[in-house]
Amino acid sequence: MAKIQFSLEGKTAIVTGASRGIGKAIALAFADAGADVVVASRTIPDLEKTAEEIRLKGRHALVVKTDISRQQDIESLIEKTVKEFHSIDILVNNAAQLLLMLPSMLRDEGWDKMINTDLRSCFISSREASKVMIKNRRGSIINIGSVAGTMAVPYESAYAVAKAGLIHLTKVMAGELGHYNVRVNSIEVGMVRTKMTEGVWSNPQIAKIFEQGIPMHRISEPEEIAAVALFLASDAASYVTGASICVDGGASLAGFNPDIQGMTLPEQYRIHKESLE
Amino acid sequence: MILDMFSLKGRVAIVTGAGRGIGKAIALGMAGAGAIVVVAARTTEQVAATAAAINESGGESLAITADVRYKEKVDNLINETLGKYGRIDILVNNAGGMFAVQTMEMSERQWDVIISENLKSVFLCSQAAGKAMILQKSGSIVNIASIVGIVAQPLNAAYAAAKAGVINLTKTMATDLAPHGIRVNGIAPGLIITPGTEWLYDKPGSVANGIPLARGGRPEDIIGGVIYLASDASLYVTGETLVIDGGLITRLPMTQPKLAQ
Repeated sequence: MAKIQFSLEGKTAIVTGASRGIGKAIALAFADAGADVVVASRTIPDLEKTAEEIRLKGRHALVVKTDISRQQDIESLIEKTVKEFHSIDILVNNAAQLLLMLPSMLRDEGWDKMINTDLRSCFISSREASKVMIKNRRGSIINIGSVAGTMAVPYESAYAVAKAGLIHLTKVMAGELGHYNVRVNSIEVGMVRTKMTEGVWSNPQIAKIFEQGIPMHRISEPEEIAAVALFLASDAASYVTGASICVDGGASLAGFNPDIQGMTLPEQYRIHKESLE
Repeated sequence: MILDMFSLKGRVAIVTGAGRGIGKAIALGMAGAGAIVVVAARTTEQVAATAAAINESGGESLAITADVRYKEKVDNLINETLGKYGRIDILVNNAGGMFAVQTMEMSERQWDVIISENLKSVFLCSQAAGKAMILQKSGSIVNIASIVGIVAQPLNAAYAAAKAGVINLTKTMATDLAPHGIRVNGIAPGLIITPGTEWLYDKPGSVANGIPLARGGRPEDIIGGVIYLASDASLYVTGETLVIDGGLITRLPMTQPKLAQ
């Protein structure tokens, strides 16, 4: 019987935005599956906690304070990883930033900030990590996209465009790196219980509106995103590249949402805005 | 432990078209992940061989000869499974087939045969198994589509249309069945090497050159995706079709190296 391997035994992974939420769940899942994990983010105390939990699982963890909007930080993240572990097998581009804004109120700086943090940084980290992966003729890059990158979500303008760019960057780089056995895939996440969406799930009234619009009638947990990241990182996905896996409870399937259509756009904006405050 | 989420221990899974190729690999792979596998296909000897291979390596299986183009055969497959195990946790709709024919020369009968083999069969099996899953309030259906359901393939109009149909049937049944706790997902394999087409991939400048991962797919390459979608690792995934093609359809065809004949 064929035994399919989801294990990451002996592999080294970098996870950005690993101090909390989806990034933390991925880092811990990878450690559970046997990987050594480099955790990167701006907030050191939280990052140290993630690292401590990884070490409790018997794996090595390396903490690298990284502001992914700064190119030199990313370059140093890659350098430190190679110095410590001599390899990069997996890169998870997870760190992201969302400013919710009416288009008329979104200033140039806000646009640039989101494009820089959510798209440009992923290109730079993938470029730097892929140099190592090409040399090793092995690697898996996983980009955390969003359903906002495939379907329009009002008031998420630059974030949504950056995520669309990231999903397409995935395909372009998959086509370029495949011959070196480096795989590049993305995950389109729906609503996940994290700090970014706290305003939604912590307010029962608002949570209900969102849940009604999702065929599965619930939002997801960070661990559910970690599971698909593990699949994509592992040898079980060795022929999967350029793919985008949507993990959204069916939210993007129907193309329209009868439950929310009665609401005017300003009402939707108010709820959206409240949900993020 | 995260790896436990990928386990299929004790789950009852039906795999159609499991006599050979991708279906056989899926049946063996799911048994390897701990599932009890009901092996279904048209050819009795092949069904028996797949089931025997599972049993010999310590798994549990049930062989059922079934032509899933026909409702009464599908009902029999579902009833026999329920009779023996009392439940159906996973259905993998893999059975299908094709032959090349010029669209302008395709007969009505040829069209009907391909549509019923590749699309109607998926509907019939999903509806019958879905009824049992609704009573259980749980279940996972995995449809094996094809990249040809997403991109065009010359000489394959009916098959391509049927596979595109499977991809939307996956989405629509996912929305229908979500309230019952049942997930419906698909996999779109790319070019998979079969015993008759190995030579296409061996030589330099061969088909493999046009594929980013530089090799043809093997039936075994599909197993990981099926286990992911069938297992609790994907509890928030529904209506999704996962492409497993080595990156083939991500690139504009004219930018791919020329395929050998």
